[in-house]
Amino acid sequence: MIAFLGRRLLVALGVTLVITFLTFSLLFVSGDPATALAGASSRAEDVEKLRALHGLDRPIVLQYGEWLWNALRGDLGQSLFFQLPVVDLLAGRLPVTLTVGALAMGLALLIGVPLGITAAVHRGGVIDRLALVLAVVGQAMPTFWFGLILIVVFGMLLPVLPISGADDWRGYVLPVVVLGYYATPAIMRLVRSGMIDALQSDYIRTARANGLLGPTILLNHALRNAIVPLVSLTAVQFGFLLSGSIVVESVFALNGLGRLGWESIIRSDLPTVQAIILVFSGLFILLTTCADVLTAWIDPRTRTQ
Amino acid sequence: MRRYLVLGLCAGLALALGSGGAQAGKEDDTLNVGFDAEAATLDNYRVASRQGLIIARHLFDNLLYKDLDTNTIVPALAKSYRFVDELTMEFELRRGVTFHNGEAFDADDVVYTFNMVTREDYGTRYRIVVDWIKSAEKIDQYGVRLHMTKPYALALEMLAGPLPIYPNEYFESVGADEFGVAPIGTGPYKLADITLGTRWVLEAFDGHYAESPKGQPAIGKIDIRVLPEPNVQYAELLTGKLDWIWRVPPDQAEKLAQNPGVSVLSAPIMRIGYIHFNVNAGTQDLPVRKKKVRQAIQHAINRQGIADAFIGGSAKVVHTACNPAQFGCMQDVVKYDYDPDKARALLAEAGYPEGFETELLVVAPRQQAESLAADLAEVGIKVRLNEQQYAAAADKWRAGEASMTFSNWGSYGIGDMALITSNFFGGGVDDLVQDPQLSEWLNIGDTATDPEVRRENYAKALKAIAENAYWMSMWNFNVNYAISSDLKFTPHPDEFARWFKSSWK
Repeated sequence: MIAFLGRRLLVALGVTLVITFLTFSLLFVSGDPATALAGASSRAEDVEKLRALHGLDRPIVLQYGEWLWNALRGDLGQSLFFQLPVVDLLAGRLPVTLTVGALAMGLALLIGVPLGITAAVHRGGVIDRLALVLAVVGQAMPTFWFGLILIVVFGMLLPVLPISGADDWRGYVLPVVVLGYYATPAIMRLVRSGMIDALQSDYIRTARANGLLGPTILLNHALRNAIVPLVSLTAVQFGFLLSGSIVVESVFALNGLGRLGWESIIRSDLPTVQAIILVFSGLFILLTTCADVLTAWIDPRTRTQ
Repeated sequence: MRRYLVLGLCAGLALALGSGGAQAGKEDDTLNVGFDAEAATLDNYRVASRQGLIIARHLFDNLLYKDLDTNTIVPALAKSYRFVDELTMEFELRRGVTFHNGEAFDADDVVYTFNMVTREDYGTRYRIVVDWIKSAEKIDQYGVRLHMTKPYALALEMLAGPLPIYPNEYFESVGADEFGVAPIGTGPYKLADITLGTRWVLEAFDGHYAESPKGQPAIGKIDIRVLPEPNVQYAELLTGKLDWIWRVPPDQAEKLAQNPGVSVLSAPIMRIGYIHFNVNAGTQDLPVRKKKVRQAIQHAINRQGIADAFIGGSAKVVHTACNPAQFGCMQDVVKYDYDPDKARALLAEAGYPEGFETELLVVAPRQQAESLAADLAEVGIKVRLNEQQYAAAADKWRAGEASMTFSNWGSYGIGDMALITSNFFGGGVDDLVQDPQLSEWLNIGDTATDPEVRRENYAKALKAIAENAYWMSMWNFNVNYAISSDLKFTPHPDEFARWFKSSWK
């Protein structure tokens, strides 16, 4: 188990390094950062001054190396746009994104798992069909569009919920619903197919033959097996939710990390973008690693694979 | 099931209609503003976004103030000023002015501010704002002498615009970064609360000096939030949670105007659209190097039609390489009216009877670019649109790799053509013609202190640019504001919202 953990962590570290280097290079490919930083209508002399000021005229590898060295010591640099430490920016915004992400994930599990089980048990029935419709719509509908519909309905037609900002908990309701719905279909479908497989397997038939009752079979035997892939999927879906936060935070004017990331890319704020990518990829890698470990714990067979 | 849904929707509609219109802002004397983009620091010298600059103008005052209603520059923190010679100015400062934190305003603040922001390492974003100032010198507690590096025609304009005065003691104690998030000025509003980058709450400052040309603030509180999604801004405006939004596209402005609680205002601004031809930069063989091709393009595009469709309101075709509202921007130049037949004839004369294919670099709204391309296709010029961010596009045209660029220029909101024509034809990196004669005329126009000399030289340059079709001006932009009908607000062509002049009806 310890060797397994070590291997996983080593891979995670490698992935993080590659991701951060790629994003670092990509920002230079997408246009000159000094020009972007100076803003539209800036004069050439302003651009040159900024370039020298922030050391953007040095080779990329050198700049990346310096960034990495500082990052290892916990210094993520100064935001070129805000001219404040990036760490302070992230500290203010990360809680919003994590709150929305975790609540959305919770909502998705709360809807997806029971619905998946019910759909599997009543395979081909009305609930199964409705669940399929829900899944298709959820996967096909862009989050920003669903967000706008909710805004029209709950912000304008029935003005009961705030549609921008998060001054209190009510501001989180619509964003969480939008993101949660987006994550639900994959979970629901996975639970459903896992349950169908399990319910058709020999050990369930044996359990039935031994006279065990329906609910016991469902929860203790079938679900226990069906849930193994769900652990990994949940981690991956949480990663998707983090990227979904970019859209949702912009639509609902939430002051989170996703929106900061988006805005920072537009204004080529290199240190901020780098730090956000680091946090997002770090979170993603942490979650998938945790999921792997958890899966290995639930199902010892996966450890050797 | 369906019946209940329909019933529910009807009830919702009825509720929405019943509650229609704005109500929140006026009741609690709070002007709720929705911005579309973030602002970083509130340090007027280092902030790049217009949003940040607007807030800064409520917090800080300048030595002078430009009254756009009368188009005159009037005293503000300075009681009076005079030119000692063309490189020296003297100011007598107003007495009894205090900053938001109680610090008294005097010559030390002025000298400290100017000497600091002119330093290379300070990071003043636009050099053009400060590079004409050599140093400031204290004469006595209320007297300041300003030494200039060059005679500069825009000195008063700059002193009245992007050169606010900071409190020396407070700034010294907190430093530039902290000052950017906890600014202190003498302005009509003080900063009461801030969420970095996305929200600012301003409160009327009781101690704003009585003789201020900005007047005393009539609205108690201004709550400014950033809402990136325009549809959410409209929804918040319609339900009364916002009182002021801007940069509303014409089709949306029209819809919003139909609501009883909302007023829509439209004001022309300094920004103009243009096509910048690559006349002499780089080594590629391009059709637009030929004057007749450039003239053909000018005749081929229906500028008024496109402006009416996508900008609307007060957008007019511009014929000069500057905005007619700017100083020096006379209109007596060769004009190219919309005439596709003439365009075809000119193309044939230039050796392209069948037209040609080329790339158009676009840093402007896509629909406008597509309309341009459609008009050009009519006369046989097939255009590939290459949409780019400003930064990437600027690299391209500066390297001479672009054939033509469609973009727009805002002149920093300043009503003087020195800030546009000289940038594109004064010999700098954005000058793709590099004609020394043009640069010379423009340079005289930028530095001469006699307005007549300036006008004369600018006129020569503008005529030559139009005659050679070096550049195609498109139209002036306007900004649509959608505001609560309870609010009295006057928009200005410099795109600086003056909420300190606003009041409730």
